[in-house]
Amino acid sequence: MYGFEALSFNIHGGYLEAIVRGHRSGLLTTADYNNLCQCETLDDIKMHLSATEYGPYLQNEPSPLHTTTIVEKCTLKLVDDYKHMLCQATEPLSTFLEYITYGHMIDNVVLIVTGTLHERDVQELLEKCHPLGMFDSIATLAVAQNMRELYRLVLVDTPLAPYFSECITSEDLDDMNIEIMRNTLYKAYLEDFYRFCQKLGGATAEIMSDLLAFEADRRAVNITINSIGTELTRDDRRKLYSNFGLFYPYGHEELAVCEDIDQVRAVMEKYPPYQSIFAKLSYGESQMLDKAFYEEEVKRHCLAFEQQFHYAVFFAYMRLREQEIRNLMWISECVAQNQKSRVHDSVVFIF
Amino acid sequence: MDHFTDKLPQMDLMRSEKMTFVQLIIPAESAHCCITYLGQLGLLQFRDLNSEKSPFQRTFVNQVKRCAEMSRKLRFLMDQINKAGIKSSLSVLQSDTHLEDIETQLSEHEHEIIEMNSNSEKLQQSYNELLEFKIVLQKACGFLVSSHGQIVSEERELEENAYSNGDFVETPFLFEQEIVPGPSKSNQSGLRFISGIICKSKVLRFERMLFRATRGNMLFNQAPTDEQIMDPISAEMVEKTVFVVFFSGEQARRKILKICEAFGANCYPVPEDISKQTQITQEVSSRLSDLEATLDAGIRHRNKALSSVGGHLAKWMDMVRREKAVYDTLNMLNFDVTKKCLVAEGWCPIFATTQIQDALQRATFDSNSQVGVIFHSLDALESPPTYFRTNNFTNPYQEIVDAYGVARYQEANPAVYTTIIFPFLFAVMFGDWGHGICLLLGALVLIAHERKLSNQRLGSFMEMLFGGRYVILLMSLFSMYCGLIYNEFFSVPFHIFGASAYKCRDMSCRDAHTTGLVKYREPYPFGVDPSWRGSRSELPFLNSLKMKMSILFGVVHMNLGIMLSYFNARFFGSSLDIRYQFVPQMIFLNSLFGYLSLLIVVKWCTGSQADLYHIMIYMFLSPFDMLGENELFWGQRPLQILLLLLALIAVPWMLFPKPFILKKLHNERFEGRNYGVLNTSEIDLEVEPDSARAMQHHDDFNFSEVFVHQMIHSIEFVLGSVSNTASYLRLWALSLAHSELSTVFYEKVLLLAWGYDNLLIRLVGLVVFAFATAFILLMMETLSAFLHALRLHWVEFQNKFYHGDGYKFRPFSFATLADDEN
Repeated sequence: MYGFEALSFNIHGGYLEAIVRGHRSGLLTTADYNNLCQCETLDDIKMHLSATEYGPYLQNEPSPLHTTTIVEKCTLKLVDDYKHMLCQATEPLSTFLEYITYGHMIDNVVLIVTGTLHERDVQELLEKCHPLGMFDSIATLAVAQNMRELYRLVLVDTPLAPYFSECITSEDLDDMNIEIMRNTLYKAYLEDFYRFCQKLGGATAEIMSDLLAFEADRRAVNITINSIGTELTRDDRRKLYSNFGLFYPYGHEELAVCEDIDQVRAVMEKYPPYQSIFAKLSYGESQMLDKAFYEEEVKRHCLAFEQQFHYAVFFAYMRLREQEIRNLMWISECVAQNQKSRVHDSVVFIF
Repeated sequence: MDHFTDKLPQMDLMRSEKMTFVQLIIPAESAHCCITYLGQLGLLQFRDLNSEKSPFQRTFVNQVKRCAEMSRKLRFLMDQINKAGIKSSLSVLQSDTHLEDIETQLSEHEHEIIEMNSNSEKLQQSYNELLEFKIVLQKACGFLVSSHGQIVSEERELEENAYSNGDFVETPFLFEQEIVPGPSKSNQSGLRFISGIICKSKVLRFERMLFRATRGNMLFNQAPTDEQIMDPISAEMVEKTVFVVFFSGEQARRKILKICEAFGANCYPVPEDISKQTQITQEVSSRLSDLEATLDAGIRHRNKALSSVGGHLAKWMDMVRREKAVYDTLNMLNFDVTKKCLVAEGWCPIFATTQIQDALQRATFDSNSQVGVIFHSLDALESPPTYFRTNNFTNPYQEIVDAYGVARYQEANPAVYTTIIFPFLFAVMFGDWGHGICLLLGALVLIAHERKLSNQRLGSFMEMLFGGRYVILLMSLFSMYCGLIYNEFFSVPFHIFGASAYKCRDMSCRDAHTTGLVKYREPYPFGVDPSWRGSRSELPFLNSLKMKMSILFGVVHMNLGIMLSYFNARFFGSSLDIRYQFVPQMIFLNSLFGYLSLLIVVKWCTGSQADLYHIMIYMFLSPFDMLGENELFWGQRPLQILLLLLALIAVPWMLFPKPFILKKLHNERFEGRNYGVLNTSEIDLEVEPDSARAMQHHDDFNFSEVFVHQMIHSIEFVLGSVSNTASYLRLWALSLAHSELSTVFYEKVLLLAWGYDNLLIRLVGLVVFAFATAFILLMMETLSAFLHALRLHWVEFQNKFYHGDGYKFRPFSFATLADDEN
C-alpha cells in the first residue's frame, strides 16, 4: 500500500516517532562539540554534558572520572532510550527495533569467542560487550570449542540462529575463522534485515534499502581492504559480500580481484554516490577512509529524518547516537591523554 | 472622558510594575555577599553578560564544580539514609556554618560511610554465601541420601533412553564416547556431582544448556528454596533454586563448571559422607550466627553515623543549593578592566530600588569592603520584563491569562477583569445552586487546609485544584447565584421567593404539558418561576431567555475588550490607534450587534412579538422595505439604514488610513534626522558592547508588510465580530445541556428508583444518582464549562486588545530555588 501508510501510521507508530524525533533533537550540535573540544579535563566534559540529555546519567559520578565511565553512562542513556521505545512498540516496529540490535549481537559473540580463544576472563569480556547486543546465554559462549558447538549450544536459541546456516563447520575456532564467521553472519543479517524492510514496504523500504545498501557496500569495501595481502582467496572474499547494494553484482566482481587500495578506489569511483567519499582523500590513503565513510553515513542518517511515517528514523537515531558516543569517547580520550591537537581527527559532526 | 479616567484610583494589576534597567559595579571582595543578599531579597533579574562563553570558561567555574560535587555527596548521603530507613530527627539548629566547614565535614562523612559500606558489604557477601551454602547443604543432602542407591540405575536408564532415540545420535557423539569413559562402564566412584544454587528464573535454560553440553549424560535434580534470599553478588532479593547435577568424566565437569559460571550459579561442595555433612552444617551455622552479630553491630554503627548526619542534611542541602545559585549568578557578571570590580546588569522594579540599595549597603558593611557598590540605572532598548505583584487570590487568574501569553510590558492586564468575569461566565453555563454548593464545599475544604496543603507535595491533579481554589470558590458562588436565577437545585425547582405566579387550568393539572398554565397573580419576584418546570412553555422560554442573555453578555464583553484597546492606546500615547482602530471597531460592532442588543432589551421591556431574526436579516437584504409588524419603536427603519451605512463606512476606515499614515510618518521622521543620530549610536556601541543598549534598534519600514498586517487585522475583526457573537451562544448551549443532563439523572434515575417500593432498588438508584452527579455533572461538566469560559476569554475577549508577547520577570531569588530543583 505505497502512499497510504501515512494514513494509518500514527495509530501505532505516531507516539514513538514523536519520541524518537524528540531524542534526535537532543543530539549534540556543532556548538556543543566546539565547546567539548575546548575542555581541559574530563570534569569539564562532565560539566558540559550535564547541560545535555546525558546530565542525569553523569551527575552522580564521583570526581576522578575515566573515559570508560563517560562512555558507559552515555551508552546507558542510549540503551534506556532503546528499551523505552521497544517497550512501547507494536509489531512490526518491535521486530524492526530488534533487528537493529543484531549487529551488536554478532559483534558481542565474536568478542567473547575471540576473548576466550586468547584465554581472557569471561567477566572482563562481558563488561566490554555492547549492552544492546546482550542475550541471556551469552556467557556460555566460552564453553564452545568449534563452530558447530557454538551453534548447537548457544546460538540456536538466539535470533542469530538462522544466519548461521552458512558457517556450520567442525573447524576449530581461530582468528581467521572467527573473522570469516563475523562477516558471514553480518552478510546474512544484512540480507535478512533488507528483506524484512522490503516486506514492510512504503517509505520504510525505500529509505532503509538505501541505508542498508550503503552499509553493505561499506562492509564490502572494508572486507576487500582488510583482506588484501591475506590468504583469503578471491572466491572466499566474494562470498562475504552481501547480495544487494550498489556494488551488487558487477562491483563485487571487480572488488573481488582488487589487489591494492587504489584499485578499490577505481572501482568505487565508477559509482557516482561514492565519488564524493574519495574526493577529499589523496591516493593510497586508507586511514581516513573510515572517517569519510562515517561522515557519509551520518549525512544519510540525518536525511532519513526528512521524511515522515517510516521506521528508518529509529535506525538512523540509534546509529547517530552511537556515532555521537564514539565522538565523545574520542574527545574524552584526547582530553585525558593531552592530545588535544588530534581531537578533530576522528570527530564526525552530526549537525 | 480623559479627565474622568485620569482620576480613577490606581489599579495595581492593570499595568505591570514599572521596571528599570540597572547596572551594579561591585568590588570583588563584597561580590559574594552582595549576590547572597540580593538572592534573599529576590527582586533583581540578572542579565547573562557572558552568554558567549561556555560554562567551564567562566570565572567561578571551580566553585560551581565544588558545589556540584557537594550536592552529589549530599545526594549520596540522602540515598543512604533513605535506604537505611532512618527518619531524620528534627533538624538541629546550628549557628551559621561556613561552606568550607560543610565541605570538609561532608567528605569526612562520605568517606566514613563508604568505608563502612564496603566493610559491611564484604561481610554481607560472605554471610549470603554461607546462607546459600547452608541451604544447599540442607536440600542437596536430601537428594544425595534418597538417590544414593538409585542413581546408578537411573543413570543407566537415561543412557538407554538416549541410545534408543538414536536418530539424532551423530558420529561425534560416538567419537566422544570413546574418549570419555562412559558412565555405564564406570563404577560408582566415577559418578560425580556438582551442587549449587541458581536464580529460579534461569533454571530452565540452565538445565537445557547442561543437557546440550553434556549430550544428555547427566542427571539434574532441583529443589526451590522456601524463601527469597539475597544474591551475594548483586545484593538483590531473588528466588533461588538448589540444584545437584550428577555426571561423569573430567571434561563434562569442566564444561559444567563453565556453564555454572556463565549462568551466575554459585557452586558449593557438599560432602557425600553423612557425618561430614552434619559436621559442616554445624560449622556453617555457627559461623552464620557470628557473622550475623557482626553485621548487626556494623549496621547499628552505621545508622548512628547516618542519623547524626541526617539532622543537618536538609539545612546543608539548602545552603549548597544557595551557594551554587550565587556562583551561577556571579558567572553571569563581567569583570571590570582592572579585574577589581564585577559589573552586573539587570532589571528591577522601580519600587524595589531602595530595598536593593539597602541590601547592597548592608553587604558592603558586612563584608568589610572599603568601597561601596555603585548602583545606577541605565536605559535599555530591549523591552522590560513584565512583573505583576499577585497574591494567593489573584495569582490563579493571572496564571489563566499567562497561559495564553505573558502581557507586553505595561499593557492592560485582562486578569483584572478575568477575576470576576471568568467565574461569572462559568456560572452562566453551570447554573445550579445544588451543584454550586457542592463546589463551594470543595473549595472551602481546600481553603481551610491552605496552610497545610501548601507545604505538601501534591499530585499534579490535586496541585491544579489547589492552585485554583479561589477560582473554584468564586465559580461556586456565582453558580449558586445563577442557579437561583434559573431556579435549579439538582434540576428541582424550589419556591424560595414566594408562591408561583401560575396555576394549572384545572385541578388535575393534566394539560400542563400540552396547553400550558394560566397566570393569576404578580410575577415570581426573583428568577425563573418554579411552576414552569415541565410545562409546555419551559423550553421555549428558557431557550429564548438564555440565548438573548448570551448575546447581551457577549456584546458587553467584547465592548469591554475594545474599550481596553482604547486605554492601551491612550497609555502608550498612540492617537493613531484610537482614531483609526478603536473608533471604527466600536462603530462596527455596536451598529450591528449593539443594535441587536438594543432590540433584545426593547423587546423584553415592551413584550413585543417582533421576530428579531427577521429584522436583522432584512436589515442587510432589503434595508428600505417596511418593517410591518416587526417594528419595535418609532424611527426604526431610518435608524437601521444609518447604522448599516456606519458599519459599511467603518470597514475601510479601519483598513486604509493607518498604514498610509504610518508610511507618511516614517518618511517624515527619516528625512528629519539624516545625520546626527548615527554617530551617537556608534559611540554607544563602542563604549559598551555587552550591554543591553547595544541592541541596535532597526527601524525598517516595509509598507506592504504593514498593509497586509492591517488587512488581516481588519478582516479578522469584521468576520470575528460575527463569529465571536455567535460563539457566545455557547453560554446558552452549555447551560441547556447542563440542566437537561441533571434533569435526566434526577428523573430517570432517582425518581424512577424511588417509584419502586424496594429498599435495594432505591439504594441502587441513589448510588447511581450520586455517582452520576459527582463524576459527570460535578467533574466533567465543570471541566467543560471551565474550558468554554477559558476560550471565551482567550479568543473572544483578549483578541480585541491583548498582545501577550512580553516575557516574565524572573528575579534571582532563593525562594524559588527549591521549586526549580524538584
